[in-house]
Amino acid sequence: MKLTGAQIVMEVLKEEGVDTVFGITGGAAIELYDTLARSDIRHIMVRHEQGAVHAADGYARAKKDVGVCLVTSGPGATNTVSGIASAYMDSIPLVVFTAQVPTHLIGNDAFQEVDIVGITRPCTKHNYLVRSIDDLARTVKEAFYIARSGRPGPVLVDIPKDISQTTTDYKPLPRPSLNSYNPRYKPNMKQLKWALTLIKEAKKPAIFAGGGVILSGASRELATFARRLKAPVTASLMGLGAFPASDELWLGMLGMHGTYRANMSVQSCDLLIGIGVRFDDRVTGKLGTFAPHAKIIHIDIDPTSIRKNIPVTVPIVGDCKLSLAELNRLLDKEAFTIDSKSSKAWLDQIEEWKNTIRLSYDQKDTIKPQYVVQKLYELTEGKAIITTEVGQNQMWAAQYYHFDQPNCFITSGGLGCMGFGFPAAIGAQVACPDKVVVDIAGDGSIQMNIQELATAMQYKLPVKIVILNNRYLGMVRQWQELFYDRRYASTDIEQAPDFVKLAESYGGVGMRATRPEEVEPVLKEGLGTPNLVVMDFLVEREEDVYPMVPAGAPITDMLLVN
Amino acid sequence: MTQEKHTISLMVENIPGVLSRIAGLFSGRGFNIESICAAPTMDRLVTRITITTRGDESIMEQINKQLNKLVNIIKVQDLTETDFVEREMALVKVKAEPGNRAEILRLVDIFRCKVVDVSPTHYTIEVTGTAEKLGALLELLKMVGVKEIARTGSIAMAREKK
Repeated sequence: MKLTGAQIVMEVLKEEGVDTVFGITGGAAIELYDTLARSDIRHIMVRHEQGAVHAADGYARAKKDVGVCLVTSGPGATNTVSGIASAYMDSIPLVVFTAQVPTHLIGNDAFQEVDIVGITRPCTKHNYLVRSIDDLARTVKEAFYIARSGRPGPVLVDIPKDISQTTTDYKPLPRPSLNSYNPRYKPNMKQLKWALTLIKEAKKPAIFAGGGVILSGASRELATFARRLKAPVTASLMGLGAFPASDELWLGMLGMHGTYRANMSVQSCDLLIGIGVRFDDRVTGKLGTFAPHAKIIHIDIDPTSIRKNIPVTVPIVGDCKLSLAELNRLLDKEAFTIDSKSSKAWLDQIEEWKNTIRLSYDQKDTIKPQYVVQKLYELTEGKAIITTEVGQNQMWAAQYYHFDQPNCFITSGGLGCMGFGFPAAIGAQVACPDKVVVDIAGDGSIQMNIQELATAMQYKLPVKIVILNNRYLGMVRQWQELFYDRRYASTDIEQAPDFVKLAESYGGVGMRATRPEEVEPVLKEGLGTPNLVVMDFLVEREEDVYPMVPAGAPITDMLLVN
Repeated sequence: MTQEKHTISLMVENIPGVLSRIAGLFSGRGFNIESICAAPTMDRLVTRITITTRGDESIMEQINKQLNKLVNIIKVQDLTETDFVEREMALVKVKAEPGNRAEILRLVDIFRCKVVDVSPTHYTIEVTGTAEKLGALLELLKMVGVKEIARTGSIAMAREKK
């Protein structure tokens, strides 16, 4: 079968089960777009390439599948970089197609030429420049295989314009096998048995779950494991939803803005079981002081995550789901029982911490941002897909919206990329048309990809945007308040659009709440409106996120006052 | 922690950009490359790269794992953990005046190197050996007057079991 390069790309997309592509066209991408438009793959045309990648990221997480983008060369390609870097840090499977100038012009500083493979080398799992039409099908196939296998991540494929136009014989290829890439899923039995020994000895075990649990779909195995051990469970930002927040063993989030009891539990436990985590600095605080009394078992599919930041007693390289299933099987086989006396003492201690300091705020005359998130949680019964921007809004979302299910909390965790939440919500809504999708936003971040209002309108995506509007770049302002003597250098953003009129100008619905009693009615009406809705909540300007551990301090050094 | 010298041998796919991925990995993660040497093997699809670097145990573990993670790398071997042969080659251009030619040739003889180019005023010497041997020769040649030098960086290979 003779096909053009562009047709080959579409064929492989279909073989890989892709039905949606996010992107925006341009000169070098014209052939790919012409073919895409005539295929039965759905295209979501965004208004900026960064939006395309974040949307594909949100789509990938909500659908538990690979997200796909298509953009043009030069600026189209460079605009994807923030989105790719965010997906890379959060291990989200994406395949990003960038068009490139024709082969004979590469290296000549041609119009809209950029070495995107060179630029994205450190922020992709892998990337390719396709130099020959004969390599195209195999490359695209490999890109999908690499993106979704092992520790997932974004893969970029750069396709010169002439290659998309050239024809060649095509026949479907089998799943690629690479002699230089062979991710390991099955954990080592010896390591598991060693872990079991530590589990049996532990009197104060704690579990720390991360994004890896969600990516490997290991929530059920985690719940069984935790209940079996009666071990309290905390999570990183990326791990929220991996374990039900309504469970009595749930501690809340760990780290810089973690709960008092989560931080205290980790600092006091004698065994910490890290699952699908990478012990990021926002979680550990000062490294030498982290979990000082604990032996550590670390399960992760990526060997580089293990012993990168903290020393580990038992490293287990493997898939979280397989490893936990195997550990559960071993516990059954050995008829493991907990020592009820030490277990009770440990859980009582945690209960005491829970009652000492809870997440709290004081709702008085002006709207508290936490109150908006709490009401949103109640009104959606915790069943919405929540995306966030980055900063205070993200932390309040993490603290006050409680997730019982995985794949419902979508945030730029590692990169902390402002402008992520809204396009990610668009992607999640495309993936899950029947779900309520809410972007919890700040007034700063939302303006970083506000142009996507047009995209949401064009495809009739009824995304809800909840702006916690404090007219500040709030998280940096909080740091300035605490550590820079309240000198608010370049964080006051009072000069802003009228978000209600802005929403209306795009054809959406805009609403505003300025007083606490308006919060619930606005949320109710907004959530009930089958359209794009922007809800602007004018909140307390100088509200801070607490608890807070100053950067580089031990995680027991929590600032608790508000 | 001691920053010991390590010699790492990599088998990588012989395709464009692989060297850049490796160099980028080292610079991006703050590892250091003392020397790097790349050339194809008998299999034209495979290139062998020898890197010498320094680091304590935990840095070396990360270097090893991060290299293994690169998709185009087929095999990573830290030769320092085994018995291995390591060689480096250098070309050294020295001033050769009537008064010191005999001394230079004596050194060439002692170090078992070769003079590969001769001009009225200069000799170019080809020397092969360990980094230590090259260092020792260079120290002595400095006294004569070194004009320029080109070194290959180390190449290395594990010894077969005896």
